[in-house]
Amino acid sequence: MADIATRVSYGRALADLGEKYMFAVMDADLSGSTQTKMFADKFPERFINCGIAEQNMIGVAAGIAATGIPVFASSFAMFASGRAYEQIRNCVGHTHLNVKICASHAGVTVGEDGATHQFCEDMAIMRSIPGMTVISPADDTEAYAAIEAILKYDGPVYCRLGRQAVPVVFDPATYKFELFKAVPLTQGEDCAVFAHGVMVDRALKACELLKTKGINVSVIDTHTIKPLDEKTVLEYAARTRNVVVVEEHSVIGGLGGAICELLSQKLPTPVTRLGINDVFGVSGKAGELLDYYGLSVDGIADAIRNSVKNKDGAKK
Amino acid sequence: MEKEKLLHLRKKAAQMRRLIIEGVYNAGSGHPGGSLSCADILAYLYFDKMNVSPDRADDPERDRFVLSKGHASPALYAALALKGYFPVEEIKTLRKLGARLQGHPDMHTTPGVDMSTGSLGQGFSAACGMAKAAKIAGRDYHVYTLLGDGESQEGEVWEAAMFASHYKLDNLTAFLDYNKLQIDGDVRDVMNPVPLDEKFRAFGWEVRTVDGHDLAQIEAAVNSGVAGRPLMIICDTVKGKGVSYMENAVGWHGKAPKQPEYEQAVKELDAALAEFAEVE
Repeated sequence: MADIATRVSYGRALADLGEKYMFAVMDADLSGSTQTKMFADKFPERFINCGIAEQNMIGVAAGIAATGIPVFASSFAMFASGRAYEQIRNCVGHTHLNVKICASHAGVTVGEDGATHQFCEDMAIMRSIPGMTVISPADDTEAYAAIEAILKYDGPVYCRLGRQAVPVVFDPATYKFELFKAVPLTQGEDCAVFAHGVMVDRALKACELLKTKGINVSVIDTHTIKPLDEKTVLEYAARTRNVVVVEEHSVIGGLGGAICELLSQKLPTPVTRLGINDVFGVSGKAGELLDYYGLSVDGIADAIRNSVKNKDGAKK
Repeated sequence: MEKEKLLHLRKKAAQMRRLIIEGVYNAGSGHPGGSLSCADILAYLYFDKMNVSPDRADDPERDRFVLSKGHASPALYAALALKGYFPVEEIKTLRKLGARLQGHPDMHTTPGVDMSTGSLGQGFSAACGMAKAAKIAGRDYHVYTLLGDGESQEGEVWEAAMFASHYKLDNLTAFLDYNKLQIDGDVRDVMNPVPLDEKFRAFGWEVRTVDGHDLAQIEAAVNSGVAGRPLMIICDTVKGKGVSYMENAVGWHGKAPKQPEYEQAVKELDAALAEFAEVE
């Protein structure tokens, strides 16, 4: 199956769901990039382009939602969550309105545009808002299903989508998406690897690589970062006593942060956080950048191997 | 405006001013100046113009009001209490722990509040959203919103202004409470937003300028809307209107009166109310 960017899955989902459900879609002059254009072409009367004015977009979205019409609001992650943070916090978070902020071009895989457009702190700031659900689908199948799930969910959601085409992990014929529920993909006792978004596929490939070297890893697709599926995280942390988190996000405040917050209190466990190590991005091709920041399949495999070594060393 | 209606609305505004002072005094904090300046506008909306009622508070066809200058919550609460959304006595719980009357309007705690506001500029966008939603859903309600003059310094106000005219939101009427004072002083000294009328006109709005304490002028302006364009009514007002020592005084933006000041205010406001003893 060809690689597909999750933003494309989003656009397709909106265009399909528009036939069944009443909702509005908003964008801030990036409808071709975020793929909301697919909905706009089909339902122009329910599509609202706000121009390059993300703060107003979120406020307008809240006003529409306050009348009972759910709204999807899209832009690049940098602007959708960063530029409009306070509007999200006050008009969408505090009000707990049905606004789904679906942000594409998240992380460093925006690529050549560089640091001003590579937002690796979006999960951290969105996660800090009380009552905000934060998700990051792994592939086309999961993203497509997630859009319907968040439409049916009553409350604000931040959904992170990618620019870059990524391999399809899940079979659309059999995969059942469940909001708030992490998805264990492989079973192994040496390490539990939690990943979200585009890193799920890379974590799986690292897992396969390690298997040939006799290291067995559980890979868990953690598409919902908030509220965290605590039961699954605790179960795999207890089983492996060795956790690695892989994410295309700052090591501060994302899934790695969320898992550390949980484990430090309920089950102290060594955690290795792989991500963007508290630095700004640089220009480059998407794939090159992931490698550059240590998020290549080999890089992930090395980090897992080291964590297993440390665990065995600690036992002795 | 016929005399009977005018007197009725002036009485409501006088009652509101009395409740504003009662609320802010009991809270020991809050924003009396900008609440007193907009009391007449809110009295007109809640007791004459708007199609709203506590017994159908969730009616999807009701008119909406968004207090974009959310710090004037005492004025909104006074109007809602007098309208019957909650007991008038509750005004004394303003800003207290566990109270429904939060420092800034909260749509989930206070009956009758259509949108939570407080962070400036944002309510204006939300009002635009409500007006746009009516167009999407084919509903007939009208959306009213009130901005402060200092609030117009927020960039989001102009993003929303552009949005409203672009989408031809002729079901949106905005008031701008031009009381000329903000926390740090005269708006024209802090960051001059004048001329506001020309700015909104340039952004595609129908603009009227009225004496914001003259109910007949307010009514005439509200009813002068034009198809296909949002309507902005710039209301020339006096900050602290109705309490002599608060009028046009910069220090009464966000400060509660102490007891002697409270007693003085009550004396003045009760005297104003007494004029309407015979009025419905």
